[in-house]
Amino acid sequence: MAQLFVDADKIARARDLARSAANGVQAFIDRHTTVSIERTVLRLLGISGAGTRGAPLANLMVDRLRDSGVLNKGAAYWLGRALKASPGKDPLHALERVAAHPEKLPPLSPAEEEQLREQMRADARAAVRELQARIEQRKELKKSLRVGSFEGAPWKYVIVATGNIHDDVEQARAAAQQGADVIAVIRSTAQSLLDYVPHGATTEGYGGTYATQENFRIMREALDAESRKLGRYIHLTNYSSGLCMPEIAFMAAYERLDMLLNDAMYGILFRDINMQRTFCDQYFSRRICAFAEIIINTGEDNYITTADADEAAHTVIASQLINETFARLAGMKDELIGFGHSFEIDPAREDTLLREFAMAMMVRELFPKSPIKYMPPTKHKEGDIFFSHAYDVMADLVAITTRQGIQLLGMMTEAMHNPFLMDRYVALKSASYVYRAARHLGDEIAFKPDGIVARRQREVFDEALALLEEVAKDGMMAAIGKARFGDTARTPEGGKGLDGVVERAPGYFNPFLEILEGKA
Amino acid sequence: MSAEKEKHLIRPYGDRKDDGVIQLSFVLPVPVSEQAKEAAAAVAKKLGLSHVLVSAMERAGEGYSFFVVYGRTHMQLDYNAIEVPVVLHRKHPYDELNDVIRRDLGRRIVVVGACIGTDSHTTGIDAIMNMKGFAGDYGLERYPMFRAVNMGSQVEPEKLVARAKAESADAILVSKVVTQRDVHKEDARALLQLAKEQGIFEKTIFLFGGPRVDHKTALELGFDAGFGPGTRPSDVANFIYYRMMERSGRPLAPQKTAHGTPDATVPATGEKLGDTL
Repeated sequence: MAQLFVDADKIARARDLARSAANGVQAFIDRHTTVSIERTVLRLLGISGAGTRGAPLANLMVDRLRDSGVLNKGAAYWLGRALKASPGKDPLHALERVAAHPEKLPPLSPAEEEQLREQMRADARAAVRELQARIEQRKELKKSLRVGSFEGAPWKYVIVATGNIHDDVEQARAAAQQGADVIAVIRSTAQSLLDYVPHGATTEGYGGTYATQENFRIMREALDAESRKLGRYIHLTNYSSGLCMPEIAFMAAYERLDMLLNDAMYGILFRDINMQRTFCDQYFSRRICAFAEIIINTGEDNYITTADADEAAHTVIASQLINETFARLAGMKDELIGFGHSFEIDPAREDTLLREFAMAMMVRELFPKSPIKYMPPTKHKEGDIFFSHAYDVMADLVAITTRQGIQLLGMMTEAMHNPFLMDRYVALKSASYVYRAARHLGDEIAFKPDGIVARRQREVFDEALALLEEVAKDGMMAAIGKARFGDTARTPEGGKGLDGVVERAPGYFNPFLEILEGKA
Repeated sequence: MSAEKEKHLIRPYGDRKDDGVIQLSFVLPVPVSEQAKEAAAAVAKKLGLSHVLVSAMERAGEGYSFFVVYGRTHMQLDYNAIEVPVVLHRKHPYDELNDVIRRDLGRRIVVVGACIGTDSHTTGIDAIMNMKGFAGDYGLERYPMFRAVNMGSQVEPEKLVARAKAESADAILVSKVVTQRDVHKEDARALLQLAKEQGIFEKTIFLFGGPRVDHKTALELGFDAGFGPGTRPSDVANFIYYRMMERSGRPLAPQKTAHGTPDATVPATGEKLGDTL
């Protein structure tokens, strides 16, 4: 059951406003590139290693091009020039030579120029074919197995975060055996602020485990084995957020991850990453997700963990509509957009269950084809694990009744420590019970059209609409500057990573983007 | 602790007074079996528990068993020998506090606050600093006699110290929510170190807040006070006032009060903690 008590005209109006707000930003995105986008292109073209001191080669190369002021033509272009100028040399040294004095390179004739681009396009196509084959492997394995507890049940999503990928594997296997459908490996604290992706398997993290391509591979391999053993597909997810959104998306696609946390605004608001940077990066990363059929999870739950969940509910809806527009502009199908929200209203208040039902049903019905990502209570969690457990069970009940798509299960020890094996066990056992017990509850009940739930939906949606009117009027960037979302004001020139944004030159070349945008 | 104090012996309590009942749960890295169950009981016995009851043994994945175990402890302790700082100042209500600050200090108190390091959880700092406050208790911004500068999330300690210096801050309020692997303590120490290098440590009041922060830990780290969950902006405002009075050589005598007296929740600052905890 999911009932929507909001006027269809208002919903259409809100979508129009979100679209007009996002369109202005998209025009900006289409004129720019970033260091992270260019590193992703190089990685696709096979530049995946690290230098002697662990710095990824893609970083070394892109930094060199940026410092020489020529990144605006695209890293693929310069890689092509470098390989042509120094055939047989290793790509880093070849590129360094070119980047040292780009002005001294002999000019190419239009025919040579076109030939160079065609060669790079052919390389990119070959690399994309390989990527495609790996994505197909993932889809085939999933097709051959059961998915979820039963048709219509949310996928049970749990987190592992030991810091050591090998311990993570142990914890993830145990969670899968206990009934988890999705494993998220939480990243090391503040990895999102690193402007590179660390290299290799890692065993030391800080509140989580570094997202690296090798760690992705290790975990996916373990979950493949576990999935086959259990006859049920176990999804793997990570975080395409922060300063390396596109690179993580590419690595995740290559290593057959199923989902990624990916939000058009989260980094700006909650990580103080520069907005120009994030808007460009989210686009390219979502292009990759669209291609790889990776389900993204947006981060609207964060608005109501910082602000009051009852008062800020409308910012969730407004942001979801904006995220929807951005995702569609990046070619994503609705089936791949996991809109995030959460069960967060202060448990000390009355009738919070009705208010949570109102929100959960509204989100469910506003995006009928999308797998809604439902987050558990965190903000009002305290040290009483027994109460905390009861609180989490309420979220389980709302999730199954309103058919949320993906449910991050609450942990009774939330915010005290990373989940212990037994915390996940207790959460999974209870969620399985609630899903079973309330399997058809939603089919049997309906809320009154003029009751608390209906009124709450209308009230929240009206506020969301008013917010979108302002955002459309001011423009996206100005609206963020006025702290319209998450109570946080950010400026277009503020935050981290602005120096990695580059305006594209005429003749900018990105063969990967051409393929992803369907232009090649 | 004084020897004359009368002893007040206590034990954990479940059903009957002094039964010593304790509940615990844990995982053992072995498959579910009778042997595993005995092992779980042995864990409890080695902890000194008797009347051990393994009330649940469940398969928590291949090779792991989850247990819920009850037992009774025979330890007892003297409650009167437990020392915590419960010497408190009386809390001034909103208007009265503004009045005494005006009267005693003759100027506005400047507070600079931030979530430092990688922390982006601003709920706590916002609840204390922002106009709106928390649970009906106005935030510092609202007080006419406070000037509150909230720098928000993910502020580098360098920036916080520089801003405090520029604003001639009387107090620095730091909030940390992320506490995994004690990251909050490292960040806190780094901040104090920096403040010392910049020469503002002595003249500034350092406050530490967060859901898993307590007064004792904050003092150990070198802060003036720690504020945990449930702290009201008025608690922080009053504390700063009392601390400033003390620093200006006019300490106000604290009153001995029992635990939980609602209008007397401000820890007196000069008190040293017992090391008995």
